[in-house]
Amino acid sequence: MSRTRRAVIVGASIAGLTTAEVLREEGFDGEIVIVGEEAQLPYTRPPLSKQILLGEWEPEDARIRTRAELDGLGIQLLTGVSAAGLDVAGRTIHTSVGPIAYDDLIIATGTRPRTHPLLPHSPSLRTIDDAILLRAQLRLARRVAVIGSGILGSEIASASRKHGAETVIVGRSGTLSFGGVGSLLSDRLAHLHKVNDVELALHADVISASPSSGGTELVLRGSAERSFDLVVVMIGGTPCTEWLAGSGLDIADGVACDDVGVAAPGVSAVGDVAAWHDPSTGRGVRTEHQSNAIEQAIAVASRIARNGEIERPVPLFWSEIHGTQIKAVGWFDQRRQLVDTSVDPTTDRSILCARAQDGTLRGAVAWNAPPREFQSARAEIITSARTAIQPIPKEDRR
Amino acid sequence: MPIEVKAGACVGAGQCALVAPNTFDQDEDGIVVLLQHDPQGIDLKSAIRATQLCPARALAVSAR
Repeated sequence: MSRTRRAVIVGASIAGLTTAEVLREEGFDGEIVIVGEEAQLPYTRPPLSKQILLGEWEPEDARIRTRAELDGLGIQLLTGVSAAGLDVAGRTIHTSVGPIAYDDLIIATGTRPRTHPLLPHSPSLRTIDDAILLRAQLRLARRVAVIGSGILGSEIASASRKHGAETVIVGRSGTLSFGGVGSLLSDRLAHLHKVNDVELALHADVISASPSSGGTELVLRGSAERSFDLVVVMIGGTPCTEWLAGSGLDIADGVACDDVGVAAPGVSAVGDVAAWHDPSTGRGVRTEHQSNAIEQAIAVASRIARNGEIERPVPLFWSEIHGTQIKAVGWFDQRRQLVDTSVDPTTDRSILCARAQDGTLRGAVAWNAPPREFQSARAEIITSARTAIQPIPKEDRR
Repeated sequence: MPIEVKAGACVGAGQCALVAPNTFDQDEDGIVVLLQHDPQGIDLKSAIRATQLCPARALAVSAR
Protein backbone atom coordinates (compact mmCIF):
# COMPACT_ATOMS: atom_id res chain seq x y z
CA MET A 1 0.00 0.00 0.00
CA SER A 2 1.47 3.33 -0.97
CA ARG A 3 0.86 6.49 1.00
CA THR A 4 -0.69 9.56 -0.54
CA ARG A 5 1.60 11.64 -2.74
CA ARG A 6 2.65 14.83 -0.94
CA ALA A 7 3.72 18.16 -2.36
CA VAL A 8 5.52 20.42 0.08
CA ILE A 9 5.88 24.10 -0.75
CA VAL A 10 8.32 26.22 1.26
CA GLY A 11 7.17 29.84 1.21
CA ALA A 12 3.61 31.11 1.65
CA SER A 13 3.70 34.19 -0.53
CA ILE A 14 2.29 34.58 -4.04
CA ALA A 15 4.61 32.02 -5.70
CA GLY A 16 3.99 29.34 -3.08
CA LEU A 17 0.26 29.97 -2.81
CA THR A 18 -0.27 30.03 -6.60
CA THR A 19 1.66 26.76 -6.93
CA ALA A 20 -0.68 25.15 -4.38
CA GLU A 21 -3.84 26.53 -6.00
CA VAL A 22 -2.85 25.45 -9.51
CA LEU A 23 -1.73 21.99 -8.36
CA ARG A 24 -5.29 21.49 -7.07
CA GLU A 25 -6.85 23.07 -10.14
CA GLU A 26 -4.84 20.76 -12.41
CA GLY A 27 -6.03 17.65 -10.59
CA PHE A 28 -3.21 16.92 -8.12
CA ASP A 29 -5.09 14.81 -5.56
CA GLY A 30 -2.36 14.27 -2.97
CA GLU A 31 -1.56 16.28 0.14
CA ILE A 32 -0.45 19.89 -0.31
CA VAL A 33 1.48 21.43 2.57
CA ILE A 34 2.74 25.04 2.57
CA VAL A 35 5.44 25.92 5.09
CA GLY A 36 5.34 29.67 5.85
CA GLU A 37 7.83 31.51 8.04
CA GLU A 38 5.58 34.50 8.74
CA ALA A 39 2.68 34.26 11.17
CA GLN A 40 0.45 35.59 8.38
CA LEU A 41 -2.07 34.29 5.90
CA PRO A 42 -0.97 34.81 2.27
CA TYR A 43 -0.96 38.37 0.95
CA THR A 44 0.11 40.17 -2.21
CA ARG A 45 3.18 42.40 -2.12
CA PRO A 46 2.75 45.10 -4.80
CA PRO A 47 0.21 47.10 -2.71
CA LEU A 48 2.58 47.18 0.27
CA SER A 49 4.75 49.89 -1.29
CA LYS A 50 1.82 51.56 -3.09
CA GLN A 51 -1.74 51.63 -1.71
CA ILE A 52 -0.75 50.67 1.84
CA LEU A 53 2.16 53.12 2.25
CA LEU A 54 0.04 55.85 0.68
CA GLY A 55 -2.70 55.13 3.21
CA GLU A 56 -5.31 54.20 0.58
CA TRP A 57 -5.61 50.58 1.74
CA GLU A 58 -5.50 48.95 5.11
CA PRO A 59 -3.08 46.02 5.47
CA GLU A 60 -6.03 43.61 5.53
CA ASP A 61 -6.84 44.61 1.93
CA ALA A 62 -3.63 42.92 0.73
CA ARG A 63 -4.66 39.51 2.03
CA ILE A 64 -5.72 37.06 -0.66
CA ARG A 65 -6.85 33.85 1.05
CA THR A 66 -8.68 33.06 4.25
CA ARG A 67 -7.98 29.98 6.32
CA ALA A 68 -11.44 28.65 5.37
CA GLU A 69 -10.69 29.03 1.65
CA LEU A 70 -7.39 27.16 2.03
CA ASP A 71 -9.18 24.40 3.96
CA GLY A 72 -11.77 24.24 1.17
CA LEU A 73 -9.00 23.66 -1.36
CA GLY A 74 -7.35 21.04 0.83
CA ILE A 75 -4.24 23.17 1.28
CA GLN A 76 -2.55 22.82 4.64
CA LEU A 77 -0.76 26.05 5.59
CA LEU A 78 1.74 25.92 8.46
CA THR A 79 2.41 29.50 9.61
CA GLY A 80 5.33 30.54 11.79
CA VAL A 81 7.35 27.51 10.67
CA SER A 82 10.79 27.97 9.11
CA ALA A 83 12.69 25.52 6.94
CA ALA A 84 16.11 24.54 8.26
CA GLY A 85 17.50 21.96 5.86
CA LEU A 86 16.94 19.78 2.81
CA ASP A 87 17.83 16.13 2.17
CA VAL A 88 17.40 15.71 -1.59
CA ALA A 89 18.10 11.96 -1.68
CA GLY A 90 15.82 11.28 1.30
CA ARG A 91 13.09 13.63 -0.03
CA THR A 92 12.75 15.32 3.35
CA ILE A 93 12.94 18.88 4.61
CA HIS A 94 13.89 19.80 8.16
CA THR A 95 11.85 22.52 9.81
CA SER A 96 11.43 24.28 13.14
CA VAL A 97 8.67 21.75 13.91
CA GLY A 98 10.53 18.65 12.72
CA PRO A 99 11.14 16.77 9.46
CA ILE A 100 8.53 16.70 6.67
CA ALA A 101 8.77 14.08 3.91
CA TYR A 102 7.77 15.04 0.35
CA ASP A 103 7.36 13.56 -3.08
CA ASP A 104 7.54 16.96 -4.76
CA LEU A 105 9.25 19.97 -3.17
CA ILE A 106 8.68 23.51 -4.42
CA ILE A 107 11.05 26.16 -3.06
CA ALA A 108 9.43 29.61 -2.95
CA THR A 109 11.31 31.31 -0.11
CA GLY A 110 11.78 34.65 -1.87
CA THR A 111 14.32 37.24 -0.83
CA ARG A 112 14.98 39.44 2.15
CA PRO A 113 16.10 43.07 1.96
CA ARG A 114 19.84 43.56 1.72
CA THR A 115 21.15 45.52 4.69
CA HIS A 116 23.48 48.50 4.41
CA PRO A 117 26.68 47.96 6.41
CA LEU A 118 26.54 51.51 7.83
CA LEU A 119 22.77 51.39 8.49
CA PRO A 120 22.14 47.86 9.77
CA HIS A 121 19.07 48.83 11.80
CA SER A 122 17.34 51.13 9.32
CA PRO A 123 13.88 50.04 8.16
CA SER A 124 13.36 48.39 4.79
CA LEU A 125 10.28 46.93 3.08
CA ARG A 126 9.46 43.33 2.27
CA THR A 127 6.70 42.01 4.52
CA ILE A 128 3.28 43.26 5.55
CA ASP A 129 4.69 43.98 9.03
CA ASP A 130 7.45 46.09 7.43
CA ALA A 131 4.78 48.08 5.53
CA ILE A 132 2.69 48.73 8.64
CA LEU A 133 5.76 49.99 10.53
CA LEU A 134 7.07 52.08 7.64
CA ARG A 135 3.70 53.74 7.07
CA ALA A 136 3.55 54.76 10.74
CA GLN A 137 7.12 56.11 10.51
CA LEU A 138 6.39 58.04 7.29
CA ARG A 139 3.37 59.69 8.91
CA LEU A 140 5.60 61.12 11.64
CA ALA A 141 8.73 61.89 9.63
CA ARG A 142 9.71 65.37 8.42
CA ARG A 143 13.04 64.65 6.71
CA VAL A 144 13.36 61.30 4.96
CA ALA A 145 16.33 59.77 3.14
CA VAL A 146 15.66 56.78 0.90
CA ILE A 147 18.86 54.86 0.22
CA GLY A 148 18.36 53.04 -3.08
CA SER A 149 17.41 54.20 -6.56
CA GLY A 150 15.26 51.30 -7.82
CA ILE A 151 11.45 51.04 -8.20
CA LEU A 152 10.90 50.52 -4.48
CA GLY A 153 13.09 53.51 -3.65
CA SER A 154 11.02 55.65 -6.01
CA GLU A 155 7.74 54.32 -4.57
CA ILE A 156 8.81 54.97 -0.98
CA ALA A 157 9.94 58.49 -1.92
CA SER A 158 6.55 59.02 -3.56
CA ALA A 159 4.75 57.89 -0.37
CA SER A 160 7.05 60.04 1.74
CA ARG A 161 6.12 63.15 -0.28
CA LYS A 162 2.43 62.25 -0.02
CA HIS A 163 2.84 62.25 3.76
CA GLY A 164 4.48 65.68 3.48
CA ALA A 165 8.11 64.96 4.34
CA GLU A 166 11.16 66.54 2.72
CA THR A 167 12.59 63.61 0.78
CA VAL A 168 15.90 62.73 -0.81
CA ILE A 169 16.73 59.63 -2.85
CA VAL A 170 20.34 58.55 -2.38
CA GLY A 171 21.97 56.35 -4.99
CA ARG A 172 25.47 55.77 -6.25
CA SER A 173 24.97 54.60 -9.84
CA GLY A 174 24.09 58.06 -11.14
CA THR A 175 20.73 56.86 -12.46
CA LEU A 176 17.29 55.76 -11.31
CA SER A 177 16.35 52.24 -12.35
CA PHE A 178 13.00 50.60 -13.00
CA GLY A 179 13.22 46.81 -12.65
CA GLY A 180 13.92 45.05 -15.93
CA VAL A 181 13.81 48.36 -17.82
CA GLY A 182 17.07 49.21 -16.09
CA SER A 183 18.13 52.84 -16.35
CA LEU A 184 16.38 53.52 -19.68
CA LEU A 185 13.65 55.51 -17.88
CA SER A 186 16.06 57.37 -15.60
CA ASP A 187 15.63 60.84 -17.15
CA ARG A 188 11.82 60.62 -17.09
CA LEU A 189 11.81 59.35 -13.51
CA ALA A 190 14.26 62.07 -12.43
CA HIS A 191 12.01 64.72 -13.95
CA LEU A 192 8.95 63.21 -12.26
CA HIS A 193 10.68 63.27 -8.88
CA LYS A 194 11.95 66.82 -9.35
CA VAL A 195 8.54 68.29 -10.18
CA ASN A 196 7.27 66.55 -7.03
CA ASP A 197 10.05 68.13 -4.92
CA VAL A 198 12.07 64.98 -4.31
CA GLU A 199 15.77 65.77 -4.11
CA LEU A 200 18.01 63.39 -6.03
CA ALA A 201 21.52 62.57 -4.84
CA LEU A 202 22.43 59.86 -7.32
CA HIS A 203 26.23 60.00 -7.09
CA ALA A 204 26.22 60.06 -3.34
CA ASP A 205 27.37 57.01 -1.49
CA VAL A 206 26.77 57.02 2.27
CA ILE A 207 30.17 57.76 3.88
CA SER A 208 29.05 57.64 7.49
CA ALA A 209 25.88 57.31 9.53
CA SER A 210 25.49 58.01 13.20
CA PRO A 211 22.46 58.09 15.48
CA SER A 212 21.39 61.48 16.81
CA SER A 213 18.69 62.68 19.17
CA GLY A 214 16.18 63.17 16.37
CA GLY A 215 17.18 60.31 14.10
CA THR A 216 20.27 59.78 11.97
CA GLU A 217 23.13 62.02 10.86
CA LEU A 218 24.27 61.04 7.37
CA VAL A 219 27.38 62.10 5.53
CA LEU A 220 27.01 61.61 1.81
CA ARG A 221 29.95 61.70 -0.55
CA GLY A 222 30.68 65.28 -1.53
CA SER A 223 28.37 66.99 0.96
CA ALA A 224 28.21 68.08 4.59
CA GLU A 225 26.57 66.10 7.37
CA ARG A 226 22.78 66.15 7.21
CA SER A 227 20.17 65.15 9.70
CA PHE A 228 17.21 62.87 8.89
CA ASP A 229 14.51 61.61 11.18
CA LEU A 230 13.91 58.56 8.97
CA VAL A 231 16.37 56.67 6.77
CA VAL A 232 14.91 53.83 4.69
CA VAL A 233 17.26 51.31 3.06
CA MET A 234 16.00 49.80 -0.19
CA ILE A 235 19.06 48.40 -1.95
CA GLY A 236 17.80 45.12 -3.34
CA GLY A 237 17.18 41.65 -2.01
CA THR A 238 19.20 38.60 -1.03
CA PRO A 239 17.72 35.17 -1.87
CA CYS A 240 16.60 33.23 1.22
CA THR A 241 18.68 30.11 0.62
CA GLU A 242 20.69 29.75 3.82
CA TRP A 243 18.56 26.73 4.79
CA LEU A 244 19.71 24.97 1.60
CA ALA A 245 23.42 25.09 2.50
CA GLY A 246 24.87 21.58 2.27
CA SER A 247 21.88 20.24 0.30
CA GLY A 248 23.90 19.95 -2.90
CA LEU A 249 21.73 22.50 -4.73
CA ASP A 250 23.53 25.30 -6.55
CA ILE A 251 22.65 28.39 -4.50
CA ALA A 252 25.31 30.81 -5.74
CA ASP A 253 22.58 33.39 -6.56
CA GLY A 254 19.19 31.95 -5.68
CA VAL A 255 18.27 28.35 -6.52
CA ALA A 256 19.72 27.42 -9.90
CA CYS A 257 17.11 25.64 -12.07
CA ASP A 258 16.79 24.38 -15.61
CA ASP A 259 14.47 26.21 -18.01
CA VAL A 260 11.33 24.59 -16.56
CA GLY A 261 12.18 25.28 -12.92
CA VAL A 262 13.76 21.95 -11.89
CA ALA A 263 16.63 22.29 -9.37
CA ALA A 264 17.18 18.59 -8.56
CA PRO A 265 15.17 15.35 -8.80
CA GLY A 266 11.83 16.12 -7.09
CA VAL A 267 12.84 19.73 -6.36
CA SER A 268 11.60 22.84 -8.17
CA ALA A 269 11.92 26.55 -7.41
CA VAL A 270 9.64 29.49 -8.27
CA GLY A 271 9.47 33.22 -7.66
CA ASP A 272 12.12 35.71 -6.52
CA VAL A 273 14.42 32.99 -5.17
CA ALA A 274 14.47 30.95 -8.40
CA ALA A 275 17.20 31.39 -11.00
CA TRP A 276 15.73 29.71 -14.08
CA HIS A 277 18.06 28.97 -16.97
CA ASP A 278 17.25 31.39 -19.78
CA PRO A 279 17.52 29.52 -23.11
CA SER A 280 18.08 32.74 -25.04
CA THR A 281 21.14 33.84 -23.02
CA GLY A 282 22.29 30.50 -21.63
CA ARG A 283 22.46 31.94 -18.12
CA GLY A 284 20.46 31.60 -14.93
CA VAL A 285 18.37 34.66 -14.13
CA ARG A 286 16.30 35.66 -11.13
CA THR A 287 13.29 37.85 -11.92
CA GLU A 288 11.82 39.68 -8.97
CA HIS A 289 8.25 40.73 -9.59
CA GLN A 290 4.83 39.30 -8.86
CA SER A 291 3.66 38.33 -12.34
CA ASN A 292 6.85 36.32 -12.91
CA ALA A 293 6.24 34.49 -9.62
CA ILE A 294 2.68 33.73 -10.73
CA GLU A 295 3.65 32.51 -14.20
CA GLN A 296 6.49 30.32 -12.88
CA ALA A 297 4.15 28.87 -10.24
CA ILE A 298 1.52 28.02 -12.85
CA ALA A 299 4.16 26.44 -15.10
CA VAL A 300 5.67 24.31 -12.34
CA ALA A 301 2.32 23.23 -10.89
CA SER A 302 1.06 22.22 -14.35
CA ARG A 303 4.24 20.22 -14.95
CA ILE A 304 3.99 18.41 -11.60
CA ALA A 305 0.25 17.74 -11.79
CA ARG A 306 0.00 16.57 -15.39
CA ASN A 307 3.36 17.08 -17.08
CA GLY A 308 1.80 20.12 -18.71
CA GLU A 309 3.53 22.30 -21.24
CA ILE A 310 5.69 25.17 -20.01
CA GLU A 311 5.34 28.65 -21.39
CA ARG A 312 8.17 31.08 -20.92
CA PRO A 313 7.07 33.84 -18.54
CA VAL A 314 7.03 37.30 -20.11
CA PRO A 315 8.06 39.98 -17.58
CA LEU A 316 5.25 42.38 -16.61
CA PHE A 317 5.57 44.90 -13.81
CA TRP A 318 4.11 48.21 -12.86
CA SER A 319 4.39 51.09 -10.48
CA GLU A 320 2.67 54.26 -9.41
CA ILE A 321 5.03 57.13 -8.63
CA HIS A 322 3.59 60.52 -7.63
CA GLY A 323 0.29 59.42 -9.21
CA THR A 324 1.89 58.50 -12.56
CA GLN A 325 1.05 54.97 -13.72
CA ILE A 326 4.03 53.19 -15.24
CA LYS A 327 3.74 49.66 -16.67
CA ALA A 328 6.43 47.64 -18.40
CA VAL A 329 6.32 44.40 -20.35
CA GLY A 330 9.02 42.32 -22.02
CA TRP A 331 12.77 42.64 -22.22
CA PHE A 332 14.98 45.72 -22.42
CA ASP A 333 18.46 46.02 -23.92
CA GLN A 334 20.38 48.68 -21.98
CA ARG A 335 22.36 49.61 -25.12
CA ARG A 336 19.25 50.60 -27.08
CA GLN A 337 17.23 53.70 -26.24
CA LEU A 338 13.46 53.52 -25.92
CA VAL A 339 11.49 55.11 -28.75
CA ASP A 340 8.53 57.29 -27.81
CA THR A 341 5.62 56.44 -30.09
CA SER A 342 3.06 58.79 -28.58
CA VAL A 343 0.89 60.59 -31.11
CA ASP A 344 0.83 63.80 -29.11
CA PRO A 345 4.19 64.51 -27.47
CA THR A 346 2.78 67.54 -25.61
CA THR A 347 0.90 65.26 -23.21
CA ASP A 348 2.45 63.14 -20.49
CA ARG A 349 1.03 59.92 -21.97
CA SER A 350 3.49 57.75 -23.85
CA ILE A 351 4.12 54.28 -25.11
CA LEU A 352 7.88 53.74 -25.17
CA CYS A 353 9.10 50.89 -27.35
CA ALA A 354 12.19 48.71 -27.08
CA ARG A 355 12.96 47.14 -30.44
CA ALA A 356 15.65 44.65 -31.38
CA GLN A 357 18.09 45.34 -34.24
CA ASP A 358 15.75 43.57 -36.68
CA GLY A 359 12.80 45.72 -35.58
CA THR A 360 11.08 43.07 -33.45
CA LEU A 361 9.21 44.60 -30.53
CA ARG A 362 10.85 43.17 -27.41
CA GLY A 363 9.60 45.48 -24.68
CA ALA A 364 7.24 48.37 -24.04
CA VAL A 365 6.61 50.90 -21.29
CA ALA A 366 3.25 52.60 -20.81
CA TRP A 367 3.76 55.98 -19.14
CA ASN A 368 0.28 57.12 -18.07
CA ALA A 369 -0.82 55.64 -21.40
CA PRO A 370 -4.21 54.25 -22.40
CA PRO A 371 -4.30 50.55 -21.42
CA ARG A 372 -5.42 49.35 -24.84
CA GLU A 373 -2.30 50.67 -26.52
CA PHE A 374 -0.18 48.94 -23.90
CA GLN A 375 -2.10 45.71 -24.38
CA SER A 376 -1.60 45.62 -28.11
CA ALA A 377 2.13 46.18 -27.59
CA ARG A 378 2.09 43.42 -24.99
CA ALA A 379 0.28 41.01 -27.31
CA GLU A 380 2.89 41.66 -30.01
CA ILE A 381 5.76 41.03 -27.56
CA ILE A 382 4.22 37.79 -26.28
CA THR A 383 3.56 36.47 -29.78
CA SER A 384 7.16 36.99 -30.87
CA ALA A 385 8.59 35.65 -27.60
CA ARG A 386 6.56 32.51 -27.05
CA THR A 387 8.64 30.03 -28.93
CA ALA A 388 8.00 26.60 -27.51
CA ILE A 389 10.60 25.45 -25.01
CA GLN A 390 11.81 21.95 -25.77
CA PRO A 391 10.49 19.57 -23.12
CA ILE A 392 13.13 17.55 -21.30
CA PRO A 393 12.68 13.81 -20.65
CA LYS A 394 10.23 13.24 -17.82
CA GLU A 395 12.51 10.91 -15.83
CA ASP A 396 15.09 13.70 -15.48
CA ARG A 397 12.59 15.96 -13.79
CA ARG A 398 11.53 13.90 -10.81
CA MET B 1 -19.15 30.05 -7.72
CA PRO B 2 -19.42 33.85 -7.60
CA ILE B 3 -16.58 36.01 -8.88
CA GLU B 4 -15.34 38.93 -6.81
CA VAL B 5 -13.42 41.92 -8.13
CA LYS B 6 -11.24 43.91 -5.74
CA ALA B 7 -11.76 47.56 -6.62
CA GLY B 8 -8.58 49.58 -6.75
CA ALA B 9 -6.31 46.60 -7.28
CA CYS B 10 -6.80 46.20 -11.05
CA VAL B 11 -3.86 47.54 -13.07
CA GLY B 12 -5.46 46.95 -16.48
CA ALA B 13 -3.09 44.21 -17.63
CA GLY B 14 -5.98 42.61 -19.52
CA GLN B 15 -4.98 39.05 -18.67
CA CYS B 16 -8.50 38.15 -17.47
CA ALA B 17 -10.22 39.31 -20.65
CA LEU B 18 -7.79 37.23 -22.72
CA VAL B 19 -8.15 34.05 -20.64
CA ALA B 20 -11.86 34.23 -19.78
CA PRO B 21 -13.55 36.53 -22.32
CA ASN B 22 -17.04 35.28 -21.42
CA THR B 23 -16.61 36.47 -17.85
CA PHE B 24 -14.32 39.51 -18.01
CA ASP B 25 -14.06 42.58 -20.20
CA GLN B 26 -12.30 45.92 -19.76
CA ASP B 27 -13.60 49.46 -19.76
CA GLU B 28 -12.00 52.35 -21.67
CA ASP B 29 -9.35 52.71 -18.96
CA GLY B 30 -8.56 49.01 -19.11
CA ILE B 31 -10.18 48.34 -15.75
CA VAL B 32 -11.90 44.98 -15.38
CA VAL B 33 -15.64 44.73 -16.03
CA LEU B 34 -17.53 41.66 -14.86
CA LEU B 35 -19.79 40.22 -17.58
CA GLN B 36 -21.27 37.44 -15.45
CA HIS B 37 -21.10 36.99 -11.70
CA ASP B 38 -21.57 33.26 -11.52
CA PRO B 39 -19.95 31.48 -14.48
CA GLN B 40 -20.52 27.76 -14.91
CA GLY B 41 -18.70 24.82 -16.51
CA ILE B 42 -15.91 25.76 -18.91
CA ASP B 43 -16.47 29.46 -18.19
CA LEU B 44 -15.86 28.81 -14.49
CA LYS B 45 -12.68 26.88 -15.25
CA SER B 46 -11.25 29.72 -17.31
CA ALA B 47 -12.43 32.30 -14.76
CA ILE B 48 -10.52 30.46 -12.04
CA ARG B 49 -7.40 30.45 -14.22
CA ALA B 50 -7.90 34.20 -14.78
CA THR B 51 -7.99 34.81 -11.03
CA GLN B 52 -4.69 32.95 -10.67
CA LEU B 53 -3.05 34.70 -13.62
CA CYS B 54 -4.11 38.24 -12.69
CA PRO B 55 -0.78 39.98 -12.04
CA ALA B 56 -2.40 42.24 -9.43
CA ARG B 57 -4.40 39.45 -7.82
CA ALA B 58 -7.49 41.64 -8.19
CA LEU B 59 -9.97 38.79 -8.79
CA ALA B 60 -11.24 36.00 -6.59
CA VAL B 61 -13.61 33.10 -6.87
CA SER B 62 -15.40 33.09 -3.55
CA ALA B 63 -15.93 29.84 -1.75
CA ARG B 64 -19.63 29.78 -0.96
